[in-house]
Amino acid sequence: MPNASDILQMRNITKRFPGVVALSDVSMYVKTGEIHAVCGENGAGKSTLMKVLSGVYPFGTYEGDIVFQGEQMRFRDVRQSEAVGIAIIHQELALIPELSITENIFLGNEPGRFGVIDWVAAQKRARELLDLVGLSEDPDTKIKTLGVGKQQLIEIAKALHKDVKLLILDEPTAALNETESQHLLDLIGGFKKTGMTSIMISHKLNEIERIADSITIIRDGKTVETLDVSSGGVDEDRIIRGMVGRSLESRFPERTPNIGDTFFEVRDWTVQHPIDPDRLVCKSESFFVRRGEIVGFAGLMGAGRTELAMSVFGRSYGNYLSGEIYKDGQELKIGNVHEAIEHGLGYVSEDRKALGLNLLDTIKRATVSARLEKISQGGVVDDLKEFAVAEEYRKRLRTKANSVDEGVSKLSGGNQQKVVLAKWMFTDPDILILDEPTRGIDVGAKYEIYGIINELAAQGKGIVLISSELPELLGMSDRIYTIFEGQITNVLSAEEANPESLMVSMTSTRKTGPAA
Amino acid sequence: MSKFTRSVRTLTGGRGLSQYSMIIALVAIIIVFDLWTGGLTLDPTNVINMVQQYSYILILAIGMVMLIIAGHIDLSVGSVAAFVGIVVAQSMAVWHLPAGLAMLLGLVVGALVGAWQGFWVAFVRVPAFIVTLAGQLIFRGANQVVGNSTASPTPASYNWIGNGFLPDFGPDFGYSNWTLILGAIVVVALIWKELRDRRKRVAMGASLRPAWVSVVKLVVLCGITVYATLLFGSGRVGTSFPIVGIIAGILILIYSFVTSSTIFGRHIYAVGGNASAAVLSGVKSRRVNFLLMMNMSVLAAVAGMVFVGNAQASGPFDGTGWELDAIAAVFVGGAAIFGGVGTVAGSIIGAFVMAFLSNGLSLLGLDSPWVSIIRGLVLIAAVGFDVYNKTQGRPSVTGLLLRGFMRRKPTVTEEAIDAQPKGLEQPAGDKVPLS
Repeated sequence: MPNASDILQMRNITKRFPGVVALSDVSMYVKTGEIHAVCGENGAGKSTLMKVLSGVYPFGTYEGDIVFQGEQMRFRDVRQSEAVGIAIIHQELALIPELSITENIFLGNEPGRFGVIDWVAAQKRARELLDLVGLSEDPDTKIKTLGVGKQQLIEIAKALHKDVKLLILDEPTAALNETESQHLLDLIGGFKKTGMTSIMISHKLNEIERIADSITIIRDGKTVETLDVSSGGVDEDRIIRGMVGRSLESRFPERTPNIGDTFFEVRDWTVQHPIDPDRLVCKSESFFVRRGEIVGFAGLMGAGRTELAMSVFGRSYGNYLSGEIYKDGQELKIGNVHEAIEHGLGYVSEDRKALGLNLLDTIKRATVSARLEKISQGGVVDDLKEFAVAEEYRKRLRTKANSVDEGVSKLSGGNQQKVVLAKWMFTDPDILILDEPTRGIDVGAKYEIYGIINELAAQGKGIVLISSELPELLGMSDRIYTIFEGQITNVLSAEEANPESLMVSMTSTRKTGPAA
Repeated sequence: MSKFTRSVRTLTGGRGLSQYSMIIALVAIIIVFDLWTGGLTLDPTNVINMVQQYSYILILAIGMVMLIIAGHIDLSVGSVAAFVGIVVAQSMAVWHLPAGLAMLLGLVVGALVGAWQGFWVAFVRVPAFIVTLAGQLIFRGANQVVGNSTASPTPASYNWIGNGFLPDFGPDFGYSNWTLILGAIVVVALIWKELRDRRKRVAMGASLRPAWVSVVKLVVLCGITVYATLLFGSGRVGTSFPIVGIIAGILILIYSFVTSSTIFGRHIYAVGGNASAAVLSGVKSRRVNFLLMMNMSVLAAVAGMVFVGNAQASGPFDGTGWELDAIAAVFVGGAAIFGGVGTVAGSIIGAFVMAFLSNGLSLLGLDSPWVSIIRGLVLIAAVGFDVYNKTQGRPSVTGLLLRGFMRRKPTVTEEAIDAQPKGLEQPAGDKVPLS
């Protein structure tokens, strides 16, 4: 609630993107010296709110007021928000790997005169800052030799150097292990004692419960409530209720599941992070899919859902360490994507523009691109067949386009996604992995895509559905696995699953329902 | 829309004249220079000389456009051509290999060189720019080691691939008979292809363009063919269409087909258009990259051998600056520097533009430094337009003229940028994330 002692008041913030209202009348009041958490599902608008605050979206592109230390703020860019003492530490770190710790801390802010850097002063100050964040590294160490946890601390040291009054941390512990997270949280607690205010965005509710003084919950671009932790009664379940508290509307087409035997199985799947070999992105995970079954995968951003899916799909992510894949009782030896497709796997990627489509292609070319062999003879593509196939899928999926010769870059998101689905349906997979198949798609197109997914399941294919939207998972899936920090924590049948039970297993290793 | 513009759109398949902007530019250059030089440009002897002199650009541009579509480049083609040239010349001079065997040897050496460069690019993942920069030094040096830094003459039995003509035979109509036959074959092929395309459109159930469109198109294309036939056929006695022209023509046909109609061709565009998406669609991108590098060196070998034949000797400075000629032709021909866009046919037109420009300027008596400066300006203008168009969301140079025909440019919304994934490394690891 608004209070004269608030360091920050964001009042009635509304932010519109073309066709979408990302934030609608959001208010947030942060008291001086507290740790304030912002919670919400993926896409609820947390990051947008922080971008408004830090000036990434300049004054004038949003409606509402930002009052910082009693003064109205009108940031035109990030520099201006930094100048008054607001520092934001993003999920993706912005350090330069080839430079040393000192050089990174003072980048753009070098001490010295006439453009000549005073390295002695810089080193001295760097040591002080490293002490503050509890890091005992030589300031000459290059960033690239440090792990993510230490890099995060350097980012914080960099912010401290700029005399920060309000520190914003966006998912600070998402990439950290248990000890590193512990250290970081202690550090933030320590800052609080020195009078610094922090805003923390996190999906890890146990951390928030432990450290936060108050919590603002955002859902669908609106402020739901602000919880005062000190007044008691706030626990993980209470936060989850605030985050998901909406009813499931009938946004999903009718379907009578016709589920057969288990025919696809992944056992003890272990994968290393591609850059940081100390991190396992999948830790001995096992799951199975039955014929005609839609299996949901729930997990928060960075939990390892996509990493699991892509590594199963022809080892296209990370370094494979161990694990087996079985289909119809046979072990599949899959070394690359080409073999995965030949063995009947399909993967509709999370990011259709970066990974799903060549945006220079026409609909026709994109549709056949994952299985050209099917319409070719002796390596020569039969363009009559290509046209026929593309036309068939255009009609079947009701893709809105003048002709299949149209470029995919000109289609709307929903229609692009239909082209991607057509591309993978054309490969005739037995197992189709759908990673966020409805991201960035309007409601009408979503309904159509759900219909297509149901149709594929009815044909006896196994569907793996990865989604950040709990209603979508609950509305579509026959069974749902939950993933947390690279581990499958639970599996719930459609009857057992509800937003609360899923959210609990998505944010901790706690189990709620019986494992199937 | 006026009746004229509507007719133009029908004629060009609804896309306006813009897609032919480079052809129009080429025709304009030829006509301007022909008028300016008082008919020297389109004199039969000059045209025949040009084909013999500049065919190496055509051959190199074929391989270069494929590399550039896939997002690579080759700076070593001139040195590789010179290296293969001296090996071929020395093999005939020292080992007394017959001409045919020497040519075969040249192709094998080209393939080995290509395998070497392809290995570094595809498997070690060193950027092609660096690998072929090294190759430029290595094979220039190798040329001078093999040839002791001096020129090595080649026998007449070999030289016909560079300076030979189709032999004359039969009755004298005032034109070379073989050239007439060649022209007739091309005319028949053009008509056959147009009929086949029309049948295909019927089979696809696509709307058929009116018959007059096909007639106009055929009249124009056949007219050009007939004119060229008479031009090449009416040169000095003993000349006709050059052998190098036939070699280049066959290569152009083969590679146009490969790039447009085969699985391999599709994979080239896929790798260049979006490498990550290509990998996730089952394209073996390393194999594609390897084969493209190898192919480029084989074509460089062909260009080198043809050049040696025309010069009747292999010298230590053969092929200097060829990489720039080939790259310029490709970009003038509408390929995009970001990869994924380009055609063999476009690059050939680009090569013609560059060749007619050089030839015309030197016929005008301009010194070679000025020719060089003007060619440079043309290149920067063509690529500058391409980059400008790219930032405007249009595909390439070909979209610049007659902008009114272009569709509305696509816009990237902030929402779309926000929808990008966070914190997930992409599989190929060579894409710059949006943010």
